[in-house]
Amino acid sequence: MTRSDRSVRILSYTILSVLIVVMIFPFLWMAFSSFKSTAEIYSQSYFPENPIIDNYQEIFNSSLFLRWLMNSAIIAIVTTISVLFFDSLVGFTLAKYQFPGKKIIFALIISTLMIPTEMLVIPWYIMSSRFGWLDSYWGIMFPGMMSAFGVFLMRQFMDSVPDDLLDAARIDGMSEFGIFVKITLPLVKPALATLAIFNFIGDWNAFLWPLIVSSTPKMYTLPVGLAYFSSENLMRWEMIMTGSTVSTIPLIIVFLIFQKHIVKGIALTGLKG
Amino acid sequence: MKLRQKKTMTAYLFLIVPLIFFIFVRFFPTIYAFWLSFTDWNIISPKMNFVGFDNFRALFADSVFMKSLWNTFKYVLYGVPLVLVLSFAISLLLNNIRKGQAFYRLIYVMPYITPLVAVSWVWRWMYQRPPVGVINNLFSFVGIPTQRFLFSMDQALIAIVVTTVWVNLGYCIVIFLAGLQTIPKEYLEASKIDGANRWQVLTKITVPLLNPVILFLVVTQSILFLRIFTQVYNMTDQGSGGPLNSTKPLVLYIYQKAFLSFEMGSASSATVVLFGIILLITLLQFRLLKRRVQY
Repeated sequence: MTRSDRSVRILSYTILSVLIVVMIFPFLWMAFSSFKSTAEIYSQSYFPENPIIDNYQEIFNSSLFLRWLMNSAIIAIVTTISVLFFDSLVGFTLAKYQFPGKKIIFALIISTLMIPTEMLVIPWYIMSSRFGWLDSYWGIMFPGMMSAFGVFLMRQFMDSVPDDLLDAARIDGMSEFGIFVKITLPLVKPALATLAIFNFIGDWNAFLWPLIVSSTPKMYTLPVGLAYFSSENLMRWEMIMTGSTVSTIPLIIVFLIFQKHIVKGIALTGLKG
Repeated sequence: MKLRQKKTMTAYLFLIVPLIFFIFVRFFPTIYAFWLSFTDWNIISPKMNFVGFDNFRALFADSVFMKSLWNTFKYVLYGVPLVLVLSFAISLLLNNIRKGQAFYRLIYVMPYITPLVAVSWVWRWMYQRPPVGVINNLFSFVGIPTQRFLFSMDQALIAIVVTTVWVNLGYCIVIFLAGLQTIPKEYLEASKIDGANRWQVLTKITVPLLNPVILFLVVTQSILFLRIFTQVYNMTDQGSGGPLNSTKPLVLYIYQKAFLSFEMGSASSATVVLFGIILLITLLQFRLLKRRVQY
């Protein structure tokens, strides 16, 4: 290694470490503040001097945070399972069967990727009010039950599954659905994991549609609940930060467990462009 | 039944539920949104009149709509260059180091997966006046006068851009880094042997080879900033896009029109305008990608 290489490396480490502080500080600030009393919030302290857990007790006892946590979990889990099942089924069908209209169906599904959600929320709202879906789990969930991007991703991966394998299973008398579940799905596990994580994170963080479709606090998801709670407790920053911490922790856990998948998944979505 | 026919039947059977979904939840709503944009419907009145382009004419005569359209462009104009330059610089630095690269990258990605509502409130708090606002406290420590940030008509939009850049940085870094790692090492070494300095390697080799990646990020980030909503809703007073509409983007305008004043027709017209802008950018990307030079 030359001297100039070494100095470049040292300089890189230095700049990166300074920037890391900017990236991490808001998280620490949020977490620290959730252990402070109202008085301490106004005293310009950084680290909590007398850490208290009163804020957490208050948030779980006298607000709907637990309910919102549960709502978000139910919604994110159910929609993710649905997306995994249907998107891989469609991807499998489009990759492994020959039938009239296949190209049109694929084009139809992929073209919906160009339509921004913002354009659809008004029709979805009218639809929900006609069918009585407003302010219900189904109302929040139905637009996300399948994803066109997932179909695209799964079709790519299903393509690489060898046809001989499927034919061998057919000769053994396995049903077509059995082939899909028992033969193909295990072979595309990495793609399923990526799709699952991104869908889960996306559903957990979704804001615009849940804000529109839910109207009573008990039906709010965590982000909508947090927005509502924060505007109700305006200026009580220690409570807002406690709420923010509670909504962030589940995702940090998911993130730390699946970090490799997440980084790979981002690169995957990016490099197809 | 022949095997071929049986397989065709199976395919249709597998596709029936998904097709119903994509037609009724994606396709028809799109057409319906276009149709609504030519009507004067509000959700309360039973009658829906066809009004042609009246809604669009009214929108472009509405100063609040024009303001929010202009604000939306400002988000893109400030946000996209900022996030791209920063993330490119950081990914170049990350590419220089080996030990700890994964750890650093991980930290940069963290804000990207954090709930945007939580991020917005944390930053809203950091932007407050002293003694609670930590950024202003830091400023006064180094002798910079107190800034009004979200309370200022000139600074609020930029403050929201900074927060959004903080969120999107990690995503762009991961993609840049993946792109950088596809550049063959021989190219860089050959140019070094030819006596190129670091700046020449960067501008003559790295950047041209990364062109497709840069284009992809410009388009996806532009669309992201065009659709900005959650941050503005949570960082401004009562989600109003204030002070005095100075931060209100198109999507917040649409939200207020549709779900606070229930003018569904007019709100749909605004969504059509948004769709048009996004479509234009996407088509431009396809054109540029086709023309791109192969190295």
